[in-house]
Amino acid sequence: MTRPGTEAQPLRVAIVGAGPAGFYATDQLFRTPGLVVEVDMYDRVPTPYGLVRAGVAPDHQKIKAVTAAFDKVAANPAFRFFGGVELGRHLSVDDLRAHYHMVLYTTGAQTDRRMGIPGEDLQRSHAATEFVAWYNGHPDYRDLTFDLSQERAAVVGVGNVAADVARILSRTPEELAATDIADYALEALSASRIREVYVLGRRGPAQAAFTNPEVRELGELAGADVSAQPEEVEPDELTRQALERAPDRATQKKIEIIKEYARRTPTGKPRRLVMRFLVSPVELRDDGTGAVGGMRLVKNRLYATATGTLQPKATDQVEDLPVGLVFRSVGYRGVPVPGVPFNDDWGVILNAKGRVLDPQTKHPLVGQYTAGWIKRGPTGVIGTNKPDAAETVAGMIEDLARDIHLRPADPSPAAVERLIRERQPQYLSYQDWLRLDEIETRRGRETGKPRVKFTRVKDMLAALGRA
Amino acid sequence: MTIASLLAKKGPKVVTVQPEQTIRQALALLAEHNIGALVVVDPESRPIGILSERDVVRAAVRDEAVFTKTVSALMTRDVILGVPQDDLESVGRTMTDKRIRHLPVVDQRRLVGIISIGDVVKAQRDLYRGEVENLQMELTEEHGRPTAR
Repeated sequence: MTRPGTEAQPLRVAIVGAGPAGFYATDQLFRTPGLVVEVDMYDRVPTPYGLVRAGVAPDHQKIKAVTAAFDKVAANPAFRFFGGVELGRHLSVDDLRAHYHMVLYTTGAQTDRRMGIPGEDLQRSHAATEFVAWYNGHPDYRDLTFDLSQERAAVVGVGNVAADVARILSRTPEELAATDIADYALEALSASRIREVYVLGRRGPAQAAFTNPEVRELGELAGADVSAQPEEVEPDELTRQALERAPDRATQKKIEIIKEYARRTPTGKPRRLVMRFLVSPVELRDDGTGAVGGMRLVKNRLYATATGTLQPKATDQVEDLPVGLVFRSVGYRGVPVPGVPFNDDWGVILNAKGRVLDPQTKHPLVGQYTAGWIKRGPTGVIGTNKPDAAETVAGMIEDLARDIHLRPADPSPAAVERLIRERQPQYLSYQDWLRLDEIETRRGRETGKPRVKFTRVKDMLAALGRA
Repeated sequence: MTIASLLAKKGPKVVTVQPEQTIRQALALLAEHNIGALVVVDPESRPIGILSERDVVRAAVRDEAVFTKTVSALMTRDVILGVPQDDLESVGRTMTDKRIRHLPVVDQRRLVGIISIGDVVKAQRDLYRGEVENLQMELTEEHGRPTAR
């Protein structure tokens, strides 16, 4: 029997999830010397790129430019894309095992972490991730509604997603109109009556996760004055000690930027963006109609854990914030893939360096792998997925050399294509996507935007003449 | 970034040993799993110490009968424990400053994993590599498509 990975029998790999991790892994496989490999990539939405399309903010087009690299990978004749095909709905893990030597899950972290406080499920309390997917035109989220007639909104969290949400809420219609924000979101945000946006961090500026370019952007908005409270931005004793022991220029700079915000006086811009630190929401109050009518905050103090990490501890000082709209952005969390072992502690697929493990024996399952956020949790930037995918692919190649892989009954590309046509005749190929991409960017050129997105599956199919 | 994301891809395996086991048994575990330290746990699986290859080497120099000693005689009892929410950076700094090679991680006193200084260094390297990768992409975009914003 010849081992897969040769001209006679190419290694057949299925990748589930068309985001950065999936493309970086594909690239890594194609670059492996001496390996003949064919990759079929699946995604539950018809379009590729994952969070680069549906997560990265529309006013951050430079970051979205990574898709050019993904298109290059996809141009390899050994690559196929099946968009709109969902594992657990159109295909099962067993279907994949019957057609591929190896299966790689790169499904990302599809849901958000909860705050775990009373009132979290009131109306007008949302996951920031849903708002992000909505303004980015994700077909599953386009029909959500957000009450932008409120005057005050709070964003809980100080990571990059929180910064994105605060920025998008604060941008002027003119600023937004030059982006590829979904058209319905542009319309809703243009009519927004929000005047104040609070960004809430439970620790100090030194411990905030957002990067310096993102913090700086918040101070350069055309329609919003940024502010902070002097007593909340001054580093406490523990932070000062930590910075003295290990000076870190980026953190020093971040503190400086935010301290400068605390010194600013309002210039009369229509909106205010207020950065608050050392505060945690403890309750969302009901306005009497089942919707958010306010938020109770507790002030925190920092303490050092055994390893020297500074963590927040609640004091007995509380404060009420009169907000009517809340977006929680305290982290993403992975969702179990049907038929794949899950590690509930960390919200990831149960794995060791990308090899999926049997929950009983803790030994690797033959031919099943994972990469990206569903492997390690939601950390790092887009580029972090490159070394992460490389680690997983190295394991795949190592296993292949030891002849450890699935023994599919019918590994031919035609067989699995027949199955998909039967189960999901409306799937999109990469060629289909490139045509949609061309139409989207053409519509954008006509209106001075990077692109105008299709946000409904039926509109995509209609544009391709397949409705 | 917290150390939870290091544990997430290490798998749930933590090799442990009981205090009354012998050093011979402990060494067999180190060899079998190709690791440098064992977490010593009480009957409720709570960490009470750590036994590293160095602890054994140091004892062997003093006493050739080291194999028959118990783990509890040689283990380090004063162990620094991490929690999943600890920052990668402060953990790296503490491990470097205090010359700790292995950090058991507990959640509500339950042992959930162990990370080595190698894990920390690799995670930091991957973070930097990721940022470099991002910056390179943005630069390519600036030069490649001058009209895009």
